[in-house]
Amino acid sequence: MIQTIDHVALLPAYLAAATAVLALVTDLALARRQVTVAVTATGAAATAVAAWVVGTGPVRETFCLPAAPDACSYVADQTSALMAVLFALLTLGVLGLSTGALRSLPTGEYCFLLAASMTGGVALAYSRDLITLIVALETLTLPLYALVGLKRRSLASAQGAVTLFVVSVVATSVTLLGAALLYASTGVVHLNQLAAALTGGVPAELQTLATVSVVLILAGLAFKVAAVPFHAWAPAAYDGAPVPVAAYLSTASKLGGVVAVLYVVVLGLRPWLDVIGWVLAALAIATMTVGNLVALRQRRVVRLLAWSSVAQAGYILAPLGVFAVASGRTDEALTLAVTATIAYAIFYVVIELAAFGSVAAMRGGDADGGEIEAYRGAARRAPLVGAAFTLALIGLAGLPPGLAGMFAKVAVIRALLGGGAGWLALIVAINAVIGLVYYLRVAALLYSTPPEPEPAPAAVPVPAPAPAPAPESTRVTAPVGGPAAAAAAEQEPRPGPAAGLAVPAEEPEGPPGSSAVPWAVAAALAGATLVAIVIGFAPQLVLDLATLAVP
Amino acid sequence: MSAGQMLLVATLAVPALGAAVVALLPRRIEQGARVTGTVAAALAFLASALLYLGRDWSPMIALGTPVQPWYQLQLDWVPWLNLQFHLGVDGISYPLVVLTTLLTFLCCLFTIYRVPEGGRGRSLVALLLVTEVGIVGTFLAFDLVLFFIFFEVVLLPMFAIIAFWGGERRRHAARKFAFYTLFGSVLLLVGVFVVVGSAGTADIVALTAGEALTRPIQLTAFTLFAVAFAVKSPLWPLHTWLPDAHTEAPTVGSVILAGVLLKMGTYGLIRIGVGVTPEGIAWAAPVLGVLAVAAIIIGALVCLAQTELKRLIAYSSVGHMGFVLLGIATLSVAGLQAALIGNIAHGIITGLLFFLAGAIKDRAHTGELARLGGLRENAPVLAGLLGFGAIASLGLPGLAGFWGEIFAVVAAFQRGDTLWVVLGVAAAVGAALTAAYFLRLLRRVTHGPAALQLTAPGLTRPELVAWSPLVLLALALGLLPALVLGMAYDPVTALAGVVP
Repeated sequence: MIQTIDHVALLPAYLAAATAVLALVTDLALARRQVTVAVTATGAAATAVAAWVVGTGPVRETFCLPAAPDACSYVADQTSALMAVLFALLTLGVLGLSTGALRSLPTGEYCFLLAASMTGGVALAYSRDLITLIVALETLTLPLYALVGLKRRSLASAQGAVTLFVVSVVATSVTLLGAALLYASTGVVHLNQLAAALTGGVPAELQTLATVSVVLILAGLAFKVAAVPFHAWAPAAYDGAPVPVAAYLSTASKLGGVVAVLYVVVLGLRPWLDVIGWVLAALAIATMTVGNLVALRQRRVVRLLAWSSVAQAGYILAPLGVFAVASGRTDEALTLAVTATIAYAIFYVVIELAAFGSVAAMRGGDADGGEIEAYRGAARRAPLVGAAFTLALIGLAGLPPGLAGMFAKVAVIRALLGGGAGWLALIVAINAVIGLVYYLRVAALLYSTPPEPEPAPAAVPVPAPAPAPAPESTRVTAPVGGPAAAAAAEQEPRPGPAAGLAVPAEEPEGPPGSSAVPWAVAAALAGATLVAIVIGFAPQLVLDLATLAVP
Repeated sequence: MSAGQMLLVATLAVPALGAAVVALLPRRIEQGARVTGTVAAALAFLASALLYLGRDWSPMIALGTPVQPWYQLQLDWVPWLNLQFHLGVDGISYPLVVLTTLLTFLCCLFTIYRVPEGGRGRSLVALLLVTEVGIVGTFLAFDLVLFFIFFEVVLLPMFAIIAFWGGERRRHAARKFAFYTLFGSVLLLVGVFVVVGSAGTADIVALTAGEALTRPIQLTAFTLFAVAFAVKSPLWPLHTWLPDAHTEAPTVGSVILAGVLLKMGTYGLIRIGVGVTPEGIAWAAPVLGVLAVAAIIIGALVCLAQTELKRLIAYSSVGHMGFVLLGIATLSVAGLQAALIGNIAHGIITGLLFFLAGAIKDRAHTGELARLGGLRENAPVLAGLLGFGAIASLGLPGLAGFWGEIFAVVAAFQRGDTLWVVLGVAAAVGAALTAAYFLRLLRRVTHGPAALQLTAPGLTRPELVAWSPLVLLALALGLLPALVLGMAYDPVTALAGVVP
């Protein structure tokens, strides 16, 4: 029989795919950077609008099983709409950030790959069966290997791409294996049918197989979120990639993983929350703790942001850890937890985009993130970008004035305590304290005075007893960033009696002023920062959206 | 919106706007920005002072609500988090609010005249104003979640003040301050949502009146609150951030830190610890009492061994806050009154002492007691003021410091049990030790041979303007404790009534 296909439901995915093709064709035909970027941006915006419009209408389902009309592969409901809009807007934002880097990257390929990845994200948002979900997720990820490796003559870039590729392929095959085994034990792939099958009970001899397959699926998806222990690719890939691609990896790609986990857990594995609750809780705890602890020791900005994004993935998953306790598996607690996860993800992608946008704006062109030390005093040279970066870092730390980040953490704590998982709330809270250490280190560095030239030991008389790092000071600061970073932080020069004579420091290899920031980068950064400020003061907007979007 | 509600909003909005304006003024306007910020601080002080005039003068009627704010403003902010923008003021919070706006105003005024090394004066003024928003907001919040948010607002501006304008080891001190405080406030957050999750509301007025919380919930929540407030107050043994932060902070930072920031902890214990989790605090009261007395004794002993002026004053705060916490721990009307007036007195006197210590260190370029001898001969006015501050701080009758200490000891005796009598005696011994170290300080600094010449022995006009309100208040509060106790009597009695 011939299926009727609801093309309206598919419109956002069509538009996303058309954007990719158009980007390539435009580049071939015109070979003008601005035009290609503009076409891609228009396509992304059109995708977002279409997803929004379709989402405000009735729920549309298509590609349904003839035998079971409620089992559909492609569902356009409010959840799908929100996620699709997010993917499209994130792509738009990343595209804006890319205009600086595109001066030395092949524009057509870049825009095509980005739009192709967006297509995967949009399709993922609408997918409701395991196969479509995995294919969509792979469509989202596949262009990223190329994007990470797009920098010419860069070893780090190639290393990052290969790492990402190898780990990702393994993860995908693990997920596929899990899906296949689950199909073997239940006979279904649609998520709602899966839930029904699991409620009905798996035959006893297949019980183990089903459990293993569920764990395999989650493990594979954890890779996309960069959750510990499937996180090791992230720092290398982020640091090797052009900064805008790193921004995409840490926002849209991570969101893809979160959406996949949410759909599988909430729609498919709902009856088995008691089994997977502990897996999710352990995953969340390990992810945030390891991410935060390793971030303490980073010397490079993008690596620090990469590890911080690992930790943030832990916070995103944390509300789902509430399923580990019985009181967290009630409908009410589940709604709270899923709302908190979606809300946290939204808050997070906005702030993270602003953070990477600030790095892109500060470094300019196609430069990589560079050493943290190179950012010393950067906010004094470029006050606006510096303020945006500071706000983003503080938002990631979850403190006022980064209200968006604070409300995100508050929502997570609220959901965990609402579900009766106080211990998990405490772990999240303690992790927030660890996180402050490195966010604050970078934020304070942005406003430090640039270092004075090292005085030659004999030539310059030491004006005052130098602030010798007392034993206690090293004791406390040592864990902050390793001995070297601690020493660097402690030795911030003071304008002593001789300061008037000192020549201003030579600018370290580092960010130029804000003058060179392309307008599109500035606009994307300003947009992300503005959104972060607005949702910081009106978090109910995000929470309402998240409540609507609970699958 | 009534006039009272507008004043409530103005007390918060004026400094916030002031900070924004100062931050947005063009970079070349330096002095003008500082003056603008100071004007904002003055207007905030005015608004907070006016709160008293319009209050409802009718005597409090026992309607079953132990908290009866003079005015309140209640708006929905984030329903999903049970967060309402709920402000109010009553006799417990009013003195603290006015103290905060006054001290911030004086600090901004002082910054017009003198900017500590490390950064621009206008940035310092802006940060002081933001800190003020956080502190005043904490005192005005009648919603648990809102209380937490304002509690957090203070953290980063104060970190920046210490980290950029502080002394030699400022980075270390600032970091220590930030991590201790954040550690406390994340526990506060968990505690808040333990309460909210169980009661379904974050309204402090409703929570104080009702019996929505079961005993186990109260014990859990109070344990979390207690650690949070103990870090902030600070209560021994969680006090170690305080000496570093106070010593390294610039003068205005120390004044705000000691003067009002610590009071967020003790105020939280009274408003939330006693009000929202009365069973919890009753259960933990003996522990709190013992720790408070330990703070008094240990603080005094450490002070006796201090050789640096600013550090000595910083450590003296540990002891003084010990008296405040002892008063709270007794959970009696007299004890809570002692805590309130002790808070205010400590804010005024220690604020003055930090101003003086900063002035002396600026002029002498050292804070070492051994090198400061003979101040009486070199700078008689400074020496006289230091003597006044020290005597007020050690609790001489007739000055502000007296009432908090004596009431706390009396309240402990009134409890009657052996434990509390012992604690009362120990606290009294601690008061004597306090006298000992302040007299030692005076003997070292003001008396003795004139060790060094000061650059400018007299007082400048800005110093006179900034300090005289504090001197007058220390005297006024000593002679007329009813200034604070009178308006606090009804709300404190009602609050003490909810404790089982």
